Amino acid sequence: MTTETRPPAAPPRVDTSRRTRAPLHLGWWLAAAVIGLTLLNIGSVVVRSPNLDWSVVWEYFLSTDVLAGLARTVELTAIAMACGIVGGVILAVMRLSPVPVVSWAAKSYVWFFRGTPLLVHILFWYNLAALVPAIAVEIPFGPTLFEVDTNDLITPLLAAVIALGLNEAAYMAEVVRGGLLSVDPGQTEAAKALGMTHRQTLRRVVVPQALRVVIPPTGNQVISMLKASALVSVTSTPELLYSVQVIYNNNFKTIPLLVVASAWYLIVTSVLYVVQHHLERRFSRGTGRG
Amino acid sequence: MGETVLRLRDVHKSYGRHEVLRGIDLDVAEGEVVCLLGPSGSGKSTLLRTINHLEPLDRGAVFLRDELIGYRESGGRLVELGDRELARQRARFGMVFQGFNLFPHMTVLENVVEAPLRVRRESPAVARTRAVDLLTSVGLADRADAYPRHLSGGQQQRVAIARALAMSPAVLLFDEPTSALDPELVGEVLDVMRHLAAGGMTMVVVTHEITFARDVADRAVFLDHGTIIEQGPAADVLERPRERRTREFLTHVR
Ligand SMILES: Nc1ncnc2c1ncn2[C@@H]1O[C@H](COP(=O)(O)OP(=O)(O)OP(=O)(O)O)[C@@H](O)[C@H]1O
Ligand SMILES: [Mg+2]
Repeated sequence: MTTETRPPAAPPRVDTSRRTRAPLHLGWWLAAAVIGLTLLNIGSVVVRSPNLDWSVVWEYFLSTDVLAGLARTVELTAIAMACGIVGGVILAVMRLSPVPVVSWAAKSYVWFFRGTPLLVHILFWYNLAALVPAIAVEIPFGPTLFEVDTNDLITPLLAAVIALGLNEAAYMAEVVRGGLLSVDPGQTEAAKALGMTHRQTLRRVVVPQALRVVIPPTGNQVISMLKASALVSVTSTPELLYSVQVIYNNNFKTIPLLVVASAWYLIVTSVLYVVQHHLERRFSRGTGRG
Repeated sequence: MGETVLRLRDVHKSYGRHEVLRGIDLDVAEGEVVCLLGPSGSGKSTLLRTINHLEPLDRGAVFLRDELIGYRESGGRLVELGDRELARQRARFGMVFQGFNLFPHMTVLENVVEAPLRVRRESPAVARTRAVDLLTSVGLADRADAYPRHLSGGQQQRVAIARALAMSPAVLLFDEPTSALDPELVGEVLDVMRHLAAGGMTMVVVTHEITFARDVADRAVFLDHGTIIEQGPAADVLERPRERRTREFLTHVR
């Protein structure tokens, strides 16, 4: 083998700041063309179809009934989500309990609610009166202090909130547990060693770090919940979907009204995305992503 | 050397059927620096963690000055203290960990003022002034507003020391404070510890840094299988160990 000493490579005699990127593979151009054509086709159907009457969409988009339905959907989502988060935190803490019965109970709850369809729960709570006609507070073998008809107590809206909230708690329990477990045990030790109480350790050290992990999946859960709340329409609860159903059952403008509902769902989920993004930024302090 | 600050009597600790500490007696005097040495698994970390009751004991007792740590006597038996009391007692010890364990969501300054503010309820101005002083003494005043992940390991460990000092502990406990550091960063942390020792801080240090132990420690204590097998003035024990197991350990570490 000969070892030749070459002169050091001279810089190319061009203006090195002028450059273009390597040409894209032909496949990307093809993909872009297919996507473009598909969108054009869908667009022409949507715009020209006689069944998708855009004037009907505009007519109902801001109508009182639709807005009332939207408000009900947002309300349902917020309340059920709040119940889900509170329930999820309780279940997660139970799950991490050193007492076996307690952690087993939390585990079983999650197993049950994740293993059965949400729609079934909604129908169950709506039809609770068929199982328990009246709800009473009584002293065993003694007098009845208080009794109400189940259908009076469990209104369709309350049934919906219970079904969605209980179900959500099971999912949130897993989210919260993941967040708590993601915090290095060394953090708890350091906090304890500094003389912080259990509460202070949780509040100041564990929860802020767990939140960072918990917020993205919780945002996804809120968005899922918003859409899942449409299932409640089966119990004639006047949320967004049911509100448009009522309208199109009268005027048979099914598609435009479904467009109205979908547009509102999209708008709300988009707002939620923005909120989620800002929360994530806020809680990623010190991780280099903030 | 002053009077006894820390007293361990017949400390026992098991995990399941594995006896990790088998009757440890240890007295540490005011201003004394004690180095704990011993092979991996000999129980050094566990011993350190029983001192501030991060681990409960199975038998025996720990006293800080004359206060029983972690328990109170009641009806001829020991009852573990509640969360609040334990927290109050732990605040009197400082602890520095192998993995630093700084709070990643707080800046350097926030890490240092956290316990003074929350645990001792100092005023923010007082806590801040003192924190800046402490950071200056470990050479990191200019990094007060940085987040821990932007610091080198050596800098993080120095912040951790400042954080522990902010509570004015009676005893500082170190668990292999330099074992997770790149070799070139070990020196800066050991320098801070030397400085503390010279300033009269009472310290119990688990370490494999034999040179540090010989130069700085007043006493070296060898642990093996959960018992103290040899102890004495650091220079003596490290230069002329009497026990075969101590000699073996020292030839391995060097
Ligand atoms: N939480 C625990 N549960 C079960 N066993 C444990 C636990 N902590 C420690 N041990 C065991 O106790 C023994 C002593 O552990 P310890 O951490 O005190 O040793 P060490 O002397 O600090 O060792 P090293 O030099 O590796 O840090 C080891 O055998 C370890 O496996
Ligand atoms: Mg150890």
